[in-house]
Amino acid sequence: MPQADLPALKPASPKPEEPALPKPGLLQLFLVFTKLGITSIGGGVNGMMHSEFVIHRRWFTDEQFLSGLALSQSLPGVNVANLALWLGYQCRGIIGAVVALAAVLLPPAFVIILIGDVVLRMTNVPEIGSLLAGLAVAATGLSLSVGYLATRYACTDIASVLLFVGTFIGATAFHFSALVVVAVLAPIGIGIGFLRNRS
Amino acid sequence: MKDDNLLLTMLLVFAPLSLMAIGGGASVLGELQRSVVDNQHWLTNQGFLDMFAISRVAPGPGTLIVTLIGWHLAGLLGAIVSTIAIFAPSSMLVVVVAYFWHRHPNAAWQKALIYGLAPLAAGLVLSSVFALLQEARGGWIAWFVAILVAVASRKVRLGPLTLMGAGAIIFCGLLALQ
Repeated sequence: MPQADLPALKPASPKPEEPALPKPGLLQLFLVFTKLGITSIGGGVNGMMHSEFVIHRRWFTDEQFLSGLALSQSLPGVNVANLALWLGYQCRGIIGAVVALAAVLLPPAFVIILIGDVVLRMTNVPEIGSLLAGLAVAATGLSLSVGYLATRYACTDIASVLLFVGTFIGATAFHFSALVVVAVLAPIGIGIGFLRNRS
Repeated sequence: MKDDNLLLTMLLVFAPLSLMAIGGGASVLGELQRSVVDNQHWLTNQGFLDMFAISRVAPGPGTLIVTLIGWHLAGLLGAIVSTIAIFAPSSMLVVVVAYFWHRHPNAAWQKALIYGLAPLAAGLVLSSVFALLQEARGGWIAWFVAILVAVASRKVRLGPLTLMGAGAIIFCGLLALQ
């Protein structure tokens, strides 16, 4: 029963397989990922990407985005870079992937080199320190929104709920590293996934 | 030249970390600190922490701390080598998976992979949100603003920058009132 494997989709997306709007060109891809790379502060860029690509621009459906997110979180590597690669690949194949990765990484890499110790000194000014902390907190809020959505997407039955709870409790309460959690739970989860497909 | 050895060592130190970063760059920060401070003696602990702070407030993923370390050690070439080392191996893996994903969109392994990994990803996202908010300034204000922004992002169609700006202003306002 392949349909049952898919999570319940929002009524807002009438045709879940197709994004609402046509795919962007390479330049547009580059510009949007540059904007996301350069404006992401203190993490939470996944949330920004969701808000930008799914809600604002509608290049991807919730499901396309979340399956990409699940993989980019799970495969090794920086989540943001992986997600950029994945979304870029979905839009324009391997060139799209490379363009999206370069756009999301290179401008911030220049910035971090250029402003290095200046930023550190600026955080000692109370107002600027608070503003940066506020931006980081707001970015975390966007991540929270994605985390909520990802949880609803992932938890389709008892086994997946247990995997989710195990991951969250393991990482939060017991402070296991993500490496340990993934090494233990990923094979179990994928194994259960295979068994489900067979039956 | 000494620099060539240094660049090669940087490549050998950072590239394996790329493939160990399951669940994101934050999962290898401890390992990075061990390598850079304890094993290679490239930085002092304080130097590492300073760079960590910069990477958290600067734009882009926090893993760009590796770029900053490379720049600090060996200038522009160091920055380039260290950035490639930390991003290339994992990126190639992602592209390979994306390639097979695209070619066989309905294969059983994809469903199994998504089924098994999606709950882990969700758990890791939420637990890192939890960790970030626990470390954040402002205590309950941080939680309040984060939840406010999360709800707003689902209810109103605003760009992320607008949401973040509004959230940051509310955060500063509440912090000042406290």
